[in-house]
Amino acid sequence: MSGSDEQLTLGAVVEPRTSLANETGSWRSQRPVFDHDTCIGCGLCERFCPDGVAQEIENGAYDVDLTYCKGCGICAERCPVDAIEMVPEVK
Amino acid sequence: MAREIMKGTDAVAKAVVSADPDVVSAYPITPQTGIVEGIADLAAQGAYDGEFLRIDSEFNAASSVIGASAAGARTFTATSSNGLKLMSEPLFTAAGMRLPLVLAVANRSISAPLSIWNDHTDAMAERDAGLVQLYAEDVQEAVDNTLIAFRVAEELKLPVMSNLDGFVLTHVQEPVDVPEPEAIEEFLPRYEPEHTLDPSDPKTMGAYARPEHWTETTYVPHEVLLQAGDAIERATAEFEDVFGRSYGDAGGLLDTYRLGDADVALVVLGSLAGTTKDAVDRAREDGIRVGVVRPRVFRPFPGEALREALGGVEAVGVLEKAISPGSGGPLTMELKAELYDLPDRPLVRNYVLGLAGRDVTVEDVREMSAELYADADVPPHQAPTEDREIWPQLREDILPEEVSH
Repeated sequence: MSGSDEQLTLGAVVEPRTSLANETGSWRSQRPVFDHDTCIGCGLCERFCPDGVAQEIENGAYDVDLTYCKGCGICAERCPVDAIEMVPEVK
Repeated sequence: MAREIMKGTDAVAKAVVSADPDVVSAYPITPQTGIVEGIADLAAQGAYDGEFLRIDSEFNAASSVIGASAAGARTFTATSSNGLKLMSEPLFTAAGMRLPLVLAVANRSISAPLSIWNDHTDAMAERDAGLVQLYAEDVQEAVDNTLIAFRVAEELKLPVMSNLDGFVLTHVQEPVDVPEPEAIEEFLPRYEPEHTLDPSDPKTMGAYARPEHWTETTYVPHEVLLQAGDAIERATAEFEDVFGRSYGDAGGLLDTYRLGDADVALVVLGSLAGTTKDAVDRAREDGIRVGVVRPRVFRPFPGEALREALGGVEAVGVLEKAISPGSGGPLTMELKAELYDLPDRPLVRNYVLGLAGRDVTVEDVREMSAELYADADVPPHQAPTEDREIWPQLREDILPEEVSH
């Protein structure tokens, strides 16, 4: 039936990554900037990111995938050591 | 199998508890309230040990069972009228997310003007939500449809609306047999969800879909519903095997009465069918060959079954307790669309009646069938347009000048 390698799941259920082709583009008003020296690797940013784009990039270092990050600021709000600063996007 | 005299809402409540849902959400609205009150009573007596959620609005009553269903629970809620309108948005998402919640609707007219009485305008306005819709003629059928609803919902992974007429069925006392939980277990195996919300396996339901995917994600439930007749047929047949009660022809999609030699058929949903069957008996005494077709299911629309049932009659009167303002009766419109391809299609007349509890008597329906019988030989394309939609109960004398003829 289907010759495609993408297959719809029941009810279009997806894993917690932002859906394919749903890139943020140019409408983010601010972005999180991670200070890796301050970061303690607790992973709360990953847990709270509503788009599932805050991830561990290497041992204990976290960052976001800006392709999909919407700039909501929840990670910065939740960071217990203030290692994330929200910086305005310059258009 | 013990029959006892019970009120409609109590009987449905007992049936729901026998089906043992994990989560029931409750928000009161007349004439549904007795259903969730009945479940609350059973919970208080220790007969129901699932989660009984007291909610703050119908929007959240629907949303909470959607969440519970997404977590893998068997769920139930109930509403009426404007409450169903407030549930409308989450219900569309429930169908899109393929969550098998069961919703009892005690059918009632929609405000304004405010009325608590029965018609089908509330359920008809939700026909595009993607829910299966079942309609019951009497309390026993409302009980049995509740159980069939769980079975069909969980097999199709789609929400099911089980309709029973407000007051006419919810507040009537009838001898009813509510099956015991042991018997129900045989008919209703534990729900096996395909996906569940699970912290150790995170996933998103109802995610954003761009134009590249939305068409396909919507085509799927549409196609599942179009084929849902088979699942309803299987559930109805197995229900008969287990409980001994059978529903209608066409695999439980339709119930027909004295249709065999009929020249005229009356099509009707829900409890009005009882009145209509008595009227048909009376009309038959006068030599009027009329029969009844009662769709038990409105979604999926039982088009093929209706074409088959109505293929041999000359005229069809649709007795409809609903109106889509600016167009006509929803059931009539869909029935006409279904009959369009027939080479020799019958005359179809829409009778809008019984709105917001206006009483429809056996004599009213007998008169309609006699009129329709007299006009039955008029081919549809020659019938005067003013005869297509008739409001037999309209009090012309109190109409404002704006619309008086």
